[in-house]
Amino acid sequence: MFGFGLLSWLTFLPLVGAALILAVPGDSKAGKNNIRWIALWTTLVVFALSLYAWSQFVPGVADFQFVEQKSWFGSGLAYKMGVDGVSFPFVVLTAFLMPLCIAASWAPIQNRVKEYMIAFLVLETLMIGVFTALDLVLFYLFFEGGLIPMFLIIGVWGGKRRIYASFKFFLYTLAGSLLMLIAILAMYAQTHTTDITALLHARFDPGLQKYLWLAFFASFAVKMPMWPVHTWLPDAHVEAPTAGSVILAGILLKMGGYGFIRFSLPMFPDASHYFAPLVFALSIIAIVYTSLVALVQEDMKKLIAYSSVAHMGFVTMGLFAMNQQAVQGAVFQMVSHGLVSGALFLCVGVVYDRLHTREIAAYGGIVARMPVYATVFMIFTMANVGLPGTSGFIGEFLSLIGTFRANSWVAFFATTGVILSAAYALYLYWRVVFGKLEKPSLSSLQDLNPREWAVLVPLVLLTIYYGVHPGPILDACSGSVAALIGDYNSALALTKTAALTLP
Amino acid sequence: MNSISLELAHALPEAILAVGAIVLLLIGAWRGRDDDGPMSEFAVAVLGAALVAVVLGRHRAGGVVFGDAFIDDSFGDFMKALSLIGSIVVLLMSGDFFRRAGLNRFEFPILIVLATLGMLMLISANGLIALYLGLELMSLSLYVVAAISRDDARASEAGLKYFVLGALSSGMLLYGASLLYGFAGTVSFPGIAAAIGEHPNMGVIFGLAFLFVGLAFKMSVVPFHMWTPDVYEGAPTPVTTFFASAPKIAAMAVTVRVIMTAFPGATSQWQQIIVFLALASMALGAFAAIAQTNIKRLMAYSSIGHMGFALVGLAAGTEAGARGVALYMAIYLVMTLGAFAAILSMRVDGKPVERIADLSGLARTRPAMAFFFAMLMFSLAGVPPLAGFFAKFYVFMAAVEAKLYWLAVIGILTSAVSAFYYLRIVKVMYFDEPAPAFDRADRTQCAVLALSALAMLLFWVYPAPLVNAAAAAAHSLF
Repeated sequence: MFGFGLLSWLTFLPLVGAALILAVPGDSKAGKNNIRWIALWTTLVVFALSLYAWSQFVPGVADFQFVEQKSWFGSGLAYKMGVDGVSFPFVVLTAFLMPLCIAASWAPIQNRVKEYMIAFLVLETLMIGVFTALDLVLFYLFFEGGLIPMFLIIGVWGGKRRIYASFKFFLYTLAGSLLMLIAILAMYAQTHTTDITALLHARFDPGLQKYLWLAFFASFAVKMPMWPVHTWLPDAHVEAPTAGSVILAGILLKMGGYGFIRFSLPMFPDASHYFAPLVFALSIIAIVYTSLVALVQEDMKKLIAYSSVAHMGFVTMGLFAMNQQAVQGAVFQMVSHGLVSGALFLCVGVVYDRLHTREIAAYGGIVARMPVYATVFMIFTMANVGLPGTSGFIGEFLSLIGTFRANSWVAFFATTGVILSAAYALYLYWRVVFGKLEKPSLSSLQDLNPREWAVLVPLVLLTIYYGVHPGPILDACSGSVAALIGDYNSALALTKTAALTLP
Repeated sequence: MNSISLELAHALPEAILAVGAIVLLLIGAWRGRDDDGPMSEFAVAVLGAALVAVVLGRHRAGGVVFGDAFIDDSFGDFMKALSLIGSIVVLLMSGDFFRRAGLNRFEFPILIVLATLGMLMLISANGLIALYLGLELMSLSLYVVAAISRDDARASEAGLKYFVLGALSSGMLLYGASLLYGFAGTVSFPGIAAAIGEHPNMGVIFGLAFLFVGLAFKMSVVPFHMWTPDVYEGAPTPVTTFFASAPKIAAMAVTVRVIMTAFPGATSQWQQIIVFLALASMALGAFAAIAQTNIKRLMAYSSIGHMGFALVGLAAGTEAGARGVALYMAIYLVMTLGAFAAILSMRVDGKPVERIADLSGLARTRPAMAFFFAMLMFSLAGVPPLAGFFAKFYVFMAAVEAKLYWLAVIGILTSAVSAFYYLRIVKVMYFDEPAPAFDRADRTQCAVLALSALAMLLFWVYPAPLVNAAAAAAHSLF
């Protein structure tokens, strides 16, 4: 339509909604409501469009689909979009989470509603763009551009230490990404293209690969986040408004993992092989250390933030194990974590809206007043622990099996993380939900209202659906992952033969 | 054999400005009044006519005229257009400020026209004498403009400081030029290039270094930047706007031209100097700005940093590098004019204010202004998808292609540091509690702010015209 393909529409439609909101006067109560409805409808239309794309998507093949390409108005750069089995689930995930975020912000956000909704819609465009861009520079634009709205979301609508958190978030991520920019420029200088499909088959000199890999690693490790550059995450999560935390945990963290699959592993196979032990070590530290840190947190959001770091450790570990189960497990784990951690932040938001505190000690025994909430929270806690039957189990299990094949010691240490995750998640649940309801502030708590039902129920359904029927996501990415691993192994073999034939 | 009229055709914009300046001066003397009246509008008309002459003349075949002293090429046209746009916008924005401050003297527009004439000469200089003439015409006008608010101690101090240091640097430049003439036996740039060949001797290198001192002073790059913060802070804001925009373009343009046409044989020598200047400027611009509380001083350090980034492209010494510099200067000009439009309209109860804290909570008192200013700050910080990112992208691309990896890595890290203080301004505007609201701003200032911010925000949609123009400009140097 109008010369643009499906993915362009999917990417830029939220901007249309943002432009509409800009035109609506937002001072009165009615105006604020209009703005909320426009934002909700925009995100719902984008979600519907993404479902249509999902129905057209051919699962299990390695090629890019819905590809569209234009010269970028003669600037020497290219506008190229396309998705494959690895990126497409994240597009749909983004489109799915956004309406929930808008709905979750309905009542809690009362001041500067207009700016808030515009920031979220712009952020949606940028996030979908990250997963659909097939040109490195275009990818970088989307990847970095997302910092601006997120900076504002944390800084304007955040908690007490919002300024510290927003600066830390911005500067950490920017510093990492700028090194990636240098690597992008160096790749361009070598190959004279920024087309990702062409770069996937470009073979860089193994010596150069190490530097390029490190530069990309700096960016993705911060975004992921991996130990020891994870410290921005707890601050950002804690201070961000609920919907901001959901987006951070659900989508922004996945960009790091996506980056590893899309760039580091296929483009720099020799360097990835060389650095895999480093990644394994960092992943194990992340899993064990941050799980222990999570055990002693006093703040609910901080606890979930640390658990996110631990779960992302499984993802990096699975990715660098480089076999079919592990990589597919890592992709699945990312999608599942997007649902589960997003849902957990929404659960925290529900009680935060009522009591305006995130201190775990301020709660206790709320099951008596909020039985439905307790049930929902229980399901997500179990999914976070990785109970079979929830989506959390599939991802962790697959990536652990795959890693065991690659390196059994790594798998051994990582498995302790599963035990620890049960400890901190259940400990949190026990302190918040069970016990005697003694605190007077809790005595007038109301259970979930219809809006909160509408936000949480889709997440519950999907968490359980993918727990018993993980096929759709695994099938979608199987072809791409198989091709990735095949190319990776043949590249390694090629380097080995080249090394052997040297005089 | 060119007739004089044919030669003048190549210098039509300069001729317009020279005649215009004289006519304006006569009108001013004949009116017999101190206030500016319609003088600003006349000056804008003269500058506009010169801009039209530059733009319409851009497809004409270039040429070297006036006995090798003056070159007319697309690089010159590009940079001249930028300088003229800078001067025009400054004049348009300054009227309101000067009238309110009681500084609306008729000399100001004339001095701007004269300074702009100097810049155009400088950009088209093809030899050391033409370079010196243009540079001095520009500088002498700037010295006076810096001290135009003569009853203000700070402004007088700024003017004096600028004059003394400027005179010193001019002296050094002249000394370098005489050394170069002595060793090369010619003042024309291509002649110098031919004379020094591939292996410059020590005298030429000395001359080159002294020449660069003078140029670096005009560009205000470290370590010749000391005057910048004081002059930026002390001078009236429209003057600061002018200092930050047009003269920098001219100085950068002539530096590029000197390096590319006079010293292609001394690449390893000048490259060291430029790499050092670039690194030092980027680092100082990033770190020194962090502690500033005055927004004009902050912009001074920011401009030092930006000159450093532009020099990264120059350090590459390639056509891609020159394209990067041209593009960088264009985008820098727009960002600077926009940012200063916002600073000019910072005014509480009729008095101009210039502390960063005065911007507190602007997002609530003046949402549109806060949004545009914030976009400019993100652009200055080089965050995609704003235009400031593309400016950095092209210069760093040139540096990486020229294998200046360390320069690129350190430069890009300083850009992360500098992002901190740009973000701080956004933070003050968006996250802090409102300070007293600003007065209604002048319409021109609002328009400049809005237009420049939108241009930076939407640059990515249609970057081709500017990128292609910069590429054509760079191509004409080689």
